[in-house]
Amino acid sequence: MNRRVVITGIGVRAPGGSGVKAFWDLLTAGRTATRRISHFDASPFRSRIAGEVDFDAPAEGFSPREIRRMDRATQFAVACTRDAVADSGLDMSALDPHRIGVSLGSAVASATSLENEYLVMSDAGKDWLVDPGYLSPHMADYLSPGIMPAEVAWTVGAQGPVTMVSDGCTSGLDSVGYAVQLIREGTVDTVVAGASDTPISPIVVACFDAIKATTPRNDDPEHASRPFDGSRTGFVLAEGAAMFVLEEYGAAVARGAEIYAEVTGYATRCNAYHMTGLKKDGREMAEAIRVALDEARLDPTGIDYVNAHGSGTKQNDRHETAAFKRSLGDHAYRVPVSSIKSMVGHSLGAIGSIEIAASLLAIKHNVVPPTANLHTPDPECDLDYVPLTAREQRVDTVLSVGSGFGGFQSAIVLRRPEGVSA
Amino acid sequence: MTVRTVVTGVAVAAPNGLGTEDYWKAVLAGQNGISELVRFDATGYPSRLAGQILDFEAKDHIPSRLLPQTDVSTRYAIAAAGWALEDAAVGPDTLPDYDMGVSLSTAQGGFEFTHQEFQKLWSKGPEYVSVYESFAWFYAVNTGQVSIRNAMRGPGIALVGEQAGGLDVVGHARRVIRRGTRLVVSGGVDSALDPWGYTSQLSGGLVSTVDDPARAYLPFDRAASGHVPGEGGAVLVLEDAGSARDRGAPKVWGEIAGYAATFDPRPGSGLPPGLRRAAELALADAGLEPGDIDVVFADAAGSTAGDRAEADAIREVFGPRGVAVTAPKASIGRLCAGGGPVDLATALLSIRDGVVPATAHTSDVPEEYGIDLVTGEPRTLAVRAALVLGRGRWGFNSAVVVTAG
Repeated sequence: MNRRVVITGIGVRAPGGSGVKAFWDLLTAGRTATRRISHFDASPFRSRIAGEVDFDAPAEGFSPREIRRMDRATQFAVACTRDAVADSGLDMSALDPHRIGVSLGSAVASATSLENEYLVMSDAGKDWLVDPGYLSPHMADYLSPGIMPAEVAWTVGAQGPVTMVSDGCTSGLDSVGYAVQLIREGTVDTVVAGASDTPISPIVVACFDAIKATTPRNDDPEHASRPFDGSRTGFVLAEGAAMFVLEEYGAAVARGAEIYAEVTGYATRCNAYHMTGLKKDGREMAEAIRVALDEARLDPTGIDYVNAHGSGTKQNDRHETAAFKRSLGDHAYRVPVSSIKSMVGHSLGAIGSIEIAASLLAIKHNVVPPTANLHTPDPECDLDYVPLTAREQRVDTVLSVGSGFGGFQSAIVLRRPEGVSA
Repeated sequence: MTVRTVVTGVAVAAPNGLGTEDYWKAVLAGQNGISELVRFDATGYPSRLAGQILDFEAKDHIPSRLLPQTDVSTRYAIAAAGWALEDAAVGPDTLPDYDMGVSLSTAQGGFEFTHQEFQKLWSKGPEYVSVYESFAWFYAVNTGQVSIRNAMRGPGIALVGEQAGGLDVVGHARRVIRRGTRLVVSGGVDSALDPWGYTSQLSGGLVSTVDDPARAYLPFDRAASGHVPGEGGAVLVLEDAGSARDRGAPKVWGEIAGYAATFDPRPGSGLPPGLRRAAELALADAGLEPGDIDVVFADAAGSTAGDRAEADAIREVFGPRGVAVTAPKASIGRLCAGGGPVDLATALLSIRDGVVPATAHTSDVPEEYGIDLVTGEPRTLAVRAALVLGRGRWGFNSAVVVTAG
């Protein structure tokens, strides 16, 4: 059975404004939403910039109990889930709950809550032997975060397979890839999939400080994320989420759904090289792209836009450029390639889904979002990265890629279905 | 024709036995892996027991350069993956790199390691945080490390689904093999027995406060009082049956013949839980009838409510006392993502040796449960097919059918 899978609903919480419209406005204007960290006093840290989301949980409709119970990343996922379902027009309660699945990506899950609880239990880091008298009833859920996809499942009434995909920074691509497989093989007909991460917390900032992966350009937060630019000095940590409604194609068509795109190809490969380092040649990412295109039965020339990982670290942007050349051949030099991390930062596991959202909107609006802050390209990054200004052009097919710690390299192909007007 | 997925390598790292055969001997002998915590002084903590691996000397099992960058759970994963691949006679050059994938589960990440880094951060300052913390902690760590160590460049994934996640990764590995990858290393490992990790596990209210290591975790017993957290897990080498034959794999332990996962309705909805449906779907996926199953490896929550719900599901699928049921995890504790894979390994050992291990310590099973629980001594039983069940807190249900292949 080879069933087709389409995306019919989107929900986004990204830096720079809440919801899909604000997100797309930011991207197409080429504005940046990176700023000084306000979530905590970041003065002792090397990198003090982040892409923060202005998220007002009560205004989002969360009750006091939900706010107590759900980690910030869970709140983001649930808020996006509600939006995605509303956007899809799908009446989830009318579906067979056994035929609905959930696939939620997250790299560091409930890290923020873990740290908050740690401070209480250890008395601000003083005690190795934490005090069980200060144990929160929700602590087990921060330790082992199955509650995150569970909350999403309860939001939509899913009783099919529910899981969390935690592949570090490719989680948001892989969670959608996982969902696609569930529908294709016939296990379910509908999956709520996407990813959420809220890592702007001292321990996570310290992690990336320690290996100098994040930028120290603290004096210029708005221009700190500079993918493909010769002056780039690392990525800007961010938070965010995006969730989607994925449906079997026939079911979506039958109910007259607005279809953003069909997921025609997906693949992931490991580089088996280093937990954080990348080889220069981009071999494994190129292989993931090649396999995804093959599955989509697409020649490289059929790609209208490449949504890059483009994290803004020295090694990533060269690695990725090499991977595009290796997999797309001459077309790598012709196809527009851009990184929205220049505007919304790098929200770890969430960003893959946020980038899928951007790709779907690129198809819907026939606009390629730009790479902001790109003034002087690195000579080793010599492709068309759509600097500074969004570009209006026909976009039927998008390749979006991700790369992450652990060596994960993933690629997904999204295509405007036939019969849907541009 | 659908590709068959067979198990060609097995490795267990459990509290009562390190390595598959030592574990198996211990389980059959009823050797208890549950003991008083030795990692820290738990005096004054509401629970003080754990299934601890006490005989793992990390430097004997993994390269010393990996020690500063790995949590204890990752050391178990790397070591067990190595043993499983050795068992399967697979080296880095046995198959092309893209033909080998990794699908592992951890639900707790590198927790003890990260606890140390939290303490350094908050007691000394950011500059003291390890350069390895960024990847020693996160849930993808074992997949990445095993991929690197064994030059596996095929599809990699890490799934989190509490105790059920360790079965979900095996189900997914089978999916990956069906889609064309020849070999996938799969399974799960967890460990969170540092003071913070252990205490955190208590917060669910599901951990027994009984002090006696032989009485604290009594699944399906009238005196069930909760479970005991444990550490460790198992790693399996899964292969496309045809590919395994072609490369001359030294043995086939069995086949992963069926898999399904479901999720319970929202708590308080009054709707039936999903475990029965997971079991039925896994059987259907395997093309088997309930009567074909010789033994069920239960999830074994160890709480009265959890045990009763599972007994109901088993009875509804197989009929009253319709199939042998066992829970060898009673002697090692609940290993979170490691639990399901250890049960799969145990099921394969039962198939190999025609014996089903007992549920240690449990003796008084309520009649109304209507299950034929193997207690006391191991039961001699020809096993052609076993059903392994796993549940995760909040409603995850997974079921895997393993057969002799």
